[in-house]
Amino acid sequence: MLKIGLFIPCYIDQLYPEAGKASMSLLEKVGCEVIFLEDILCCGQPMANSGYLKLIQDKGYQKDFLDVLPELDFLVTPSGSCTYHLKNHLLKGLSAEESGKVLEITEFLHDVIGPENIHAEFPHKVALHQSCHGLRGLNLAVSSELQFPKFSKIENLLKRVKGLDLVIPENSDECCGFGGSFAVMENAVSVKMGEDKMMTILKENSSIVTATDSSCLMHLQGVFDKNEVEIKVMHIVEILNAEG
Amino acid sequence: MKVDHAALSKEFIKDETQTDWHNATLWFLRYKRDLAAGKTSDWEQLREAASQIKKHTLTNLPNYLEEFEAQAIKNGMLVDWAWDASEVNSLITNIFRENGVKSVVKSKSMLTEECGLNPHLEREGFNVVDTDLGERIVQLRKEMPSHIVVPAVHLRKEQVGDTFNEFLHTEKGNSDPIYLAQAARTALRKEFVEADAAITGVNFGVAGNGSVVVCTNEGNADIGVHSKKVVVHVMGIEKLVPGIKELGVFTRLLARSAVGQPITIYTSHYKKPRSGTKEYVILVNNKRTEIFKDPDFRDALNCIRCGACMNTCPVYRRSGGHSYHHTVPGPIGSVLAPFYDLEKNKDLPFASTLCGSCNQVCPVKIDLAGLLYKWRQIITSETKQPPTKEIAIRAGAKLLKNSWAYNKVTDFSRLKIIGMLSKSKLNPWNDGREFPDFPKQSFRDWYKNNKNEQ
Repeated sequence: MLKIGLFIPCYIDQLYPEAGKASMSLLEKVGCEVIFLEDILCCGQPMANSGYLKLIQDKGYQKDFLDVLPELDFLVTPSGSCTYHLKNHLLKGLSAEESGKVLEITEFLHDVIGPENIHAEFPHKVALHQSCHGLRGLNLAVSSELQFPKFSKIENLLKRVKGLDLVIPENSDECCGFGGSFAVMENAVSVKMGEDKMMTILKENSSIVTATDSSCLMHLQGVFDKNEVEIKVMHIVEILNAEG
Repeated sequence: MKVDHAALSKEFIKDETQTDWHNATLWFLRYKRDLAAGKTSDWEQLREAASQIKKHTLTNLPNYLEEFEAQAIKNGMLVDWAWDASEVNSLITNIFRENGVKSVVKSKSMLTEECGLNPHLEREGFNVVDTDLGERIVQLRKEMPSHIVVPAVHLRKEQVGDTFNEFLHTEKGNSDPIYLAQAARTALRKEFVEADAAITGVNFGVAGNGSVVVCTNEGNADIGVHSKKVVVHVMGIEKLVPGIKELGVFTRLLARSAVGQPITIYTSHYKKPRSGTKEYVILVNNKRTEIFKDPDFRDALNCIRCGACMNTCPVYRRSGGHSYHHTVPGPIGSVLAPFYDLEKNKDLPFASTLCGSCNQVCPVKIDLAGLLYKWRQIITSETKQPPTKEIAIRAGAKLLKNSWAYNKVTDFSRLKIIGMLSKSKLNPWNDGREFPDFPKQSFRDWYKNNKNEQ
């Protein structure tokens, strides 16, 4: 049985507990021993992306991760951007083997568990937003810029969900405009990007949008609510864990 | 008004129709780039080759520069070196004075923009005419280019019609593109005939044979070079490629990346001056050796100025080139700008969501998002940051590393009053968005209550 350390990022803990619960349930369902890393509150990504990587390193953010990593088969996170930050910034310098143990959850499900072992049912039309850090940082799929054969771990997993009508809106891999502190410091552009994303989802007549990052979804939900648009946001694990 | 990217882009976005049009226009270039790249079977290998060739050339830059200089001199070119912008400007002024030049036609060179050559020459009494159509439009309007390949992309044809009506006396209200292009052509022909000298930028310098290569779609560089007795090519020292064979990799990538054309209409190799002509090549540093010093930032010198990072950037497309308040805008501009003025440009590395789309269109594979991230780390330690940001980050960093305080604060946030505050105008998040409701239970609380007991 694989021993998984589940890291639940701060904003999922506080604002999107359903994504956390679904992560835990799904990992157990596919036969893992799941240890919730209760003492790790945050990976420090919001501060590091704002230019304060040194501050969080001085505060020892890396230490808790480094302490638990040797005891785990994998450290799994339901966030592409937190995983990217862990691997490329906070825990930079890990051996390839150690770094390979830090995985975003769809990456783990696809590469380690295998899409064939996903048994879910979700009979709804869902639009996909391809969150940037998972897409371009972790190569969860081939982005539209690259001239490689099309491939998507995200879609491979979602294809396994019974009844799911997955739609890929136009410019589905364009950034939603969240960008951490960018959302507040560069409010005008951020909101405009969110509104444009909203229009592409509306065109698909889908009432649900999913992504690999709750941060993108929080921003989009904020824009939907402001515009009184009835689109529900769901983290991808909530769909992969759904039972009909 | 505060002149930073956030404020300038907020102003730009106020005109939503214009913003949407700007976004769509640049996205169309990205779309055409995708089509052209898709038709090139070895596209990703080409990008990798280009990146490696640049890395090799930069690593051996002193040797290649000397080789280029020796070859160019052998070909009869007059080669000079400029350490910085003011040396470029005074060298050109001296060349013009020595040769009795009074007016000059220029074809697009972002390097001369970077050096402020036009205002300098005008102050010294020379008449300078930019001859690329887009560049001419912004010159007439006394604006800066808003994009390095399509410098007037922030303007619609109606605005160009008004500008031409004012300066070229075209019919009022006529904004037919063919009519306007014809009017510009007629006016520019006159300038070409009257000018005493020509200045061009340089896309590539070929070390192996000492030639400079200039890529244009309008042929304007060629009219200048082929008709004037005094010709000046201004070239950044990073523009070198080892030889003709390597050049082919870049000419395949440049126009495809920029606008989706297989190649620019004119790819001119200027090697030897015609008889009776003085042809100068000025090799310019202007901070490039500073950028060279750091092995990470050195990759930024790979840039071939195709503009693909701007066309794909979701922020650039919605904020316009002028919001970057630097000669080169967009992702690559935000990487370069702090080298020129850290304090003035300290906002630019933050004018990005770090989405990484620029990295993946870049034909020479510059890690633009990574370099912006790196600048952010430098900027917060070397320049003053807004106190509110500094306080919030420090408080956040402390709180998120302290379980006791975290639990207290987050329990507190379940209170009605905090819910109301987080949804009020006091929370800057709510400008254009709404903050989500706090769920009754955090994940941690749920875990404590449900899972621990199992």
